[in-house]
Order: sequence, then C-alpha cells, then structure tokens
Amino acid sequence: MTTETPSTCDIVGRGNRDGAQLFRDWFTELGETAEKGEQSAYVFVMGSMNEILKTFDLPVVFPEINSLQTAVRRVAGDFLSEAEDYGYSPDICGYVKADVSVQLRGGEHPMGRIPKPSIAVLTNACNTYVKWAEIWERMHGCPMFTLDVPGTRQAGTQSWPGDQDFENDRRYVQKQISELITLCEQVTGKKFDIDKFREILRHANTMSVGWRRVIEANKARPAPFNALTDGTIFLGVANGFRGTREGADYFNDLVEEMEYKATNGIGALAEEIYRLVFIGVPCYPIFRRFNELFSEWGGSFINSTYLWFASGGTNLGFEYDLAKPLESMAEGTLINVRDAMDSMFHQDRMLVDMVDDYAVDGVVYHPIKSCRTVSTGLADSRGYFAAKKDIPSLFVESDMMDSRVISEAQMKNRVDAFFEGLASRKQKAAIAGKEN
Amino acid sequence: MTVFNEWGGEPLDEIMYHCRELVEDTTFPTIKRWREQGGKTLGHFQVYFPEELAHAAGMMPVKMCGTMLEPNNADSHFGSYLCSIIKTSLEAALSGGIELDIFVSHPICDAARNLAAIFGRNFDYPCQILYLPQNPNSVASADWLSQEYGRMRRLIEEIVGHEVSDEAISVSIEVFNENRRLMRELYEIKREAPWLVTADEAYALVAIGGVIPREEHNDLLSSVLPMLRERETRREDRIRVVFEGAFCEQPPLDLVRMLGRTCYVVDDDFLIGMRYLLEDVPVTDNPLLSLSEAYIEQSSYSPVQHDNRKPKEDMLLQRIKESRADAAIVAAAKMCEPGLEEQVAYIHMLDDEKIPYFVSEFEENMSSFDQLELQIETFLENILFA
Repeated sequence: MTTETPSTCDIVGRGNRDGAQLFRDWFTELGETAEKGEQSAYVFVMGSMNEILKTFDLPVVFPEINSLQTAVRRVAGDFLSEAEDYGYSPDICGYVKADVSVQLRGGEHPMGRIPKPSIAVLTNACNTYVKWAEIWERMHGCPMFTLDVPGTRQAGTQSWPGDQDFENDRRYVQKQISELITLCEQVTGKKFDIDKFREILRHANTMSVGWRRVIEANKARPAPFNALTDGTIFLGVANGFRGTREGADYFNDLVEEMEYKATNGIGALAEEIYRLVFIGVPCYPIFRRFNELFSEWGGSFINSTYLWFASGGTNLGFEYDLAKPLESMAEGTLINVRDAMDSMFHQDRMLVDMVDDYAVDGVVYHPIKSCRTVSTGLADSRGYFAAKKDIPSLFVESDMMDSRVISEAQMKNRVDAFFEGLASRKQKAAIAGKEN
Repeated sequence: MTVFNEWGGEPLDEIMYHCRELVEDTTFPTIKRWREQGGKTLGHFQVYFPEELAHAAGMMPVKMCGTMLEPNNADSHFGSYLCSIIKTSLEAALSGGIELDIFVSHPICDAARNLAAIFGRNFDYPCQILYLPQNPNSVASADWLSQEYGRMRRLIEEIVGHEVSDEAISVSIEVFNENRRLMRELYEIKREAPWLVTADEAYALVAIGGVIPREEHNDLLSSVLPMLRERETRREDRIRVVFEGAFCEQPPLDLVRMLGRTCYVVDDDFLIGMRYLLEDVPVTDNPLLSLSEAYIEQSSYSPVQHDNRKPKEDMLLQRIKESRADAAIVAAAKMCEPGLEEQVAYIHMLDDEKIPYFVSEFEENMSSFDQLELQIETFLENILFA
C-alpha cells in the first residue's frame, strides 16, 4: 500500500484558495435564502452562537463581515453616506452605518443579496452589538436575544471552573442558552436536536483546535502566513462555517498547510526581516496597501489580537465536552468570549507573555475611529507594554471603514520612520554582538 | 463626620450658591475632607452603582462622572475620537483630585468598558468591572446579579477590613430609600411647579449627592425642598421641555443654567444613575437580592441598557407625556456612540408623534453657549408662536 503525499503546489496557498471559494459559496447561499424569503439569523463574531443556530439550520449572517466587504471593495463611502443621510452621526461605528444602508437597500450588497433577519443573536462583548441589533429590531421587528457573558472583572483575576464566581457566571450563561434554544424553537418551529447539536460541537472542536495550531505555526521563522491578510480569510471561515463539516475539513487542511510551510521554511514573505504583531482592527479601505507599507520593508505580521477577538476567542482551542454538551457550551462560551474581551482590554499582558515565543521585533497599534471597544485603551496599554518589554512599537490611527479619516501619505511617513528605527536597532545589536 | 457644612443656616439663594460652587469645584474639597478624617472612598463610573454596598461598609461612594478639568495628564493615555468624560474621569484621579481605595466601572459602552483596565494599569488599588445584566429579560438575571453584588461586597470587605453584614446593607438601603424619595420629590416640583426651581438648581441639588455622604445629602434636600415650595416665584409662559441625552457625560452647569433661562426643564435624564431605582427598595433578609430585583424590575432606562420591556423611544415618549412637556431636547455628548445612535430612534418617534424637538451635541468642557442659546430660543419661539 502506498500513501500519496500532496505536493508543495497542492498545499501552499490552498487555505486562501479554498477560503475564498467557501466565502463565495456562503454568500451564494445567503443570496438564495434572500430570494426565497427564508429565515436567517444575524450574529456577530464575538460569540456568534453558531453552534445553536446551525442546529436549527438557520443560515447565519455576519453584518460585521458584510460591512468590511464594502470597505475592501472600496464602496463603503456610498454606504456610510446613505446612513448618515438617514440620521446616523459621522462619529459612530462605520460597520453599523454600512449595514444600515444594506438594510435600507433591501439587502443589496456588493457580494450578493443579504436576507432579512428572523432573529438577531448577540453577546455583550461589544456594546455596539446591542445598539446595532436594536436597529434591526426596529426595522424588521425580529426578536433580539442578548447573551450576557460576564467578562474579566480585573486584569489577572480570571476565575475558572470550580471557582465560586465562575460557577455563578456559568449557571447564568447556561440558563440564557436554554432560553435562546426556546426562542429558536419558537422562531423556526423546529425542536432542538441534541444529537445534531453534539455533532456540530464536534466540528467546532476540530476548528478550534485547528485554529490554535494554525496560529502557533507562525512561531516558525519565517512565519508561514500573514496574520493581517491571510489571517482575515481564515477568520472568515472560522466564523461563517463554525460547527460545519466544511469548516472542520478546511481547518484540518489549513493546519496541514501551515505546518508544512513551517517545516519547509516557506514564509508568507520571501524575505522576512521584521516580525510584527498587529494590535487592533485592519485598515480595510486600503487593506492591501496598508500591508504593503510594512511588507515593503520586510515586515511580516506574524500574529494579531484581531485573530484572537474576531474569532470569538476560539484561538484558545477550547474543546466542548460532548458528553455534557449544554453545560460545556456554557463553559466554552464563557471562556472564549471572555478571552475575546481580554484580547481587547487586557491585551498588554497577553502581549508580554507571547512576544518571546514568537520572536517579535515590533508591535503595531492601530486604533480606529469606528471601534472604541478595541481602541480606547490602546495608548495606555502601549505604555504598559513599553515599560515591560524593550520592543519598539508604532501607534497609527485611522479607520476600518471610513476613508475620510485615512491619510495614506501620513501613514507611510510614520511607518517608514518606524522601520528606520527598527533597522538602526538591528544594526546596533549586530555591532554590539561583534564587539562581544 | 460631615464634609459639607457651608450651607447650614443660610437662606435658599445662598444654599444654592454653595451647591453650585461645590458641583463646579474641580478640587473636590468634600472628598478631601472625608479622606482627611480617615474615610475610605469607592469611585464608580456612570451610570448606576449600588452605592448601598459601599455605604454599608462605611465608605463614601463617589460618583465619577467627569469634571471640567483639562485632561492634561490623561490625554496621553487615550487616542482620538473619544468622549470627554472618559478622559476627565481619569484626570480627576491622576491629578490627585479624587483619591480612591477602589474604582469600579461598568461595561456601559465601548469606551467606558476599557476604563477599569486603564485605571488598573495606573493605580495600585483594585480597579474592577461590576457587571450589570445586559440581558435583564433572562429569568436568571436577578439571582445572578445578587451574586455579582456579593462578589463586590467581598472586595469591599477586603478593603475596609471588616464584614459588611446584611443588616448593615439593610440600614443603608433605608438611607438611600430616603434619598430616592427626596429626589423624586424634587422632580415632582420640577414637573408640577417648574418656576419654583431652575434647571441648574435642580441639577446641582442632585449632583452634589455624588460627592458628599448620603446622610448629608438627605439633610440638605430635607431642608431645601420646603424652602423651594415656599418660594415666591412668578409663573411664566414658558415652553415645557424634556432634556434627554445626559445619562453619562453631563453638560456643563452653565449650559443647564442657559436652558433654565429659556424654558422649563420639566424632566430629564441628568445623572439618571442616581435616580435609577424608581421606588423604595424593600428591606428584606436578603438585601442583595432586593437591590438586584429593584435594578431589574423597578428601574429607569438609558441608551446603555437593553430591555425588551423598555424600548427607549417608548420610554422617552412616556417621560414626555408624564411630565406634560411640549417639546424635547434630544442631545448627545460628543463622540458618545450609544447616545448618538439613540438619537435616530428618538427623532423618528418624535416625528411620528409630531412632538417638536431640538437635536444637539454637547461636551462637558464647552464654555460658549451663545450660538446654542440663540438656536434654542428660536426653536422655542417657533413653538410658542406657532
């Protein structure tokens, strides 16, 4: 018996190719759902509750992803203007405004038609989720379910299973999950199928474990994938296909690809000179160009907080206990969503813990106008990080949606100066190494 | 110990002068006096905190609701595009104006939920989040909240070094019930006889409760309310207005004073957290559960809490109708995302109901109101002479 091993060209680049195809398939399905007037669930990346919704066969719509697509496709300006004409301030989240326009246009979107929501499910991981879902509640009259997930009360004091405070939180989350199931039964007219749920959890486990391994593969030098560009594709699958066989297969393949690349020294950049961590949300209106500002200097984004919080904390690799699915779902939701929140509010500590493992040369902070959840504490946490680690950082503000507050020329000046500093630092270190 | 003695034995206008001065005093003299006498302080950010827990421990709960300080120290801790209250609340602590033993914030909005982490990186005392239910419609929310209050009680006990008993909390609930009753009475005067108390006077009388012990606040209100009722102020033909949008960041007192010159502010959400519980909290053998249930079942509303039973536009309409207001001023603090988002829903409702409204933004540090006053006067005259 012989075992066929895939060739390099079969493996390398597969994650991006397959991810893009899955994305197109997903939006095609959503378009069909819209055309048929069938049900869908609107959810968010931090605590999508996909595991529950998939059990009821509800197609999931991630308005955050829809909105960022308008920016990547450079049409966000029209969408933002339309929502501002409707009354929404220039000073609120661009994702919300782009989605308001999608709703006002009857679901019209550059990637196809988006169905109306039959239910909106959200967590409190971002407060704007709540305000956003209230808009759908008003526009469409759909039920809105807020899953309240208590997070970390104070940096470094997270509670764990068995602790009094954790168990109190878990009971609360589990009761809410049972209430969500009841609501889904009412909305869909279907009974909850625990065996189907268990199967979905099994796929979700494969994805979570795979996601963790993919991120860890970037400890290799050179890093096999770019956390900012490639990572965004992986995130799309991690969210949209969570709990599905396609998603599980995708992540098995992705682990194989990344570990193959790591073993064989195949990097995201042909010549990786600087290993960078990205903190914040990408600059979608100039998505490719933003990355080029760094890659032209040999800077490779080898990790990012975006990979953590925008996957809803599934980067932890938490595995549900299939023997007690509902209890475990509550525990997993609590731990994952809490970690997603920690990635935004306490990422300074996480960063201190990971920079040595990932051999980080620099940290790029990218606070944005649209997202105060992610951005409010970044200047302060940068100060904390600088006091703990002698690693240079860059602080550059822009937006994830609104090109009106993005100045590419100014940004380039800042990035170039940052790299000149990094280069000088490398030279000094090299000289010091020779002298010693 | 007492910290605010300036008003004793003074006539009403002098009392109001001292209250306004204290509200605008960015050196926080009453908090300093409290601490000079050995008192401990728990600072809590907007909107609501169960102050009874701190009070029962002998601490002074301090309402961290921004200040008119320039954020010279705090600015470097933040990026752009943020509301002012976030910065000035940190400034008040960094500048030494407000010294604390505990800081507590709540995940009320995307910016504020970062505050505990930011304070925690800058101060050695505990800086925590108290989670208040964002799903008050869950049957589990009140019980869970009482456990969360229990967690907060344990933290407070560590700080003060002694037990905070159920009995002590029950005593505090009674003090705060009296306080809530007095503030309800003040707002009844605003609604029924707004010519007796100007908008800025009413504001100062409430706000001062955030920086003095609640017993002193009760003494003050108990003395002042009868004086207000006996005031011989002539009723004027003014438009009755509800002001909405000050659930978190507060407009400067001068802006409120300007409003008081131009109209009768018959209801509002100024410092709504101090008036969040609408009725007396029952004194039971489980005071934490009583407080929790009051928060879930007998509370006001704000843009930063979703409750299926309380659509905000319906609640505003109710506030307008119950106060028999002619119009609404729908404001939002600059860069306040929930406030700005809620404005849209409010405006559509007011359009549907054909209620005149004026939309505006404000900032706690703003100092020029001439243009705003002209706009509001024009708006009110349009209604008056329509």
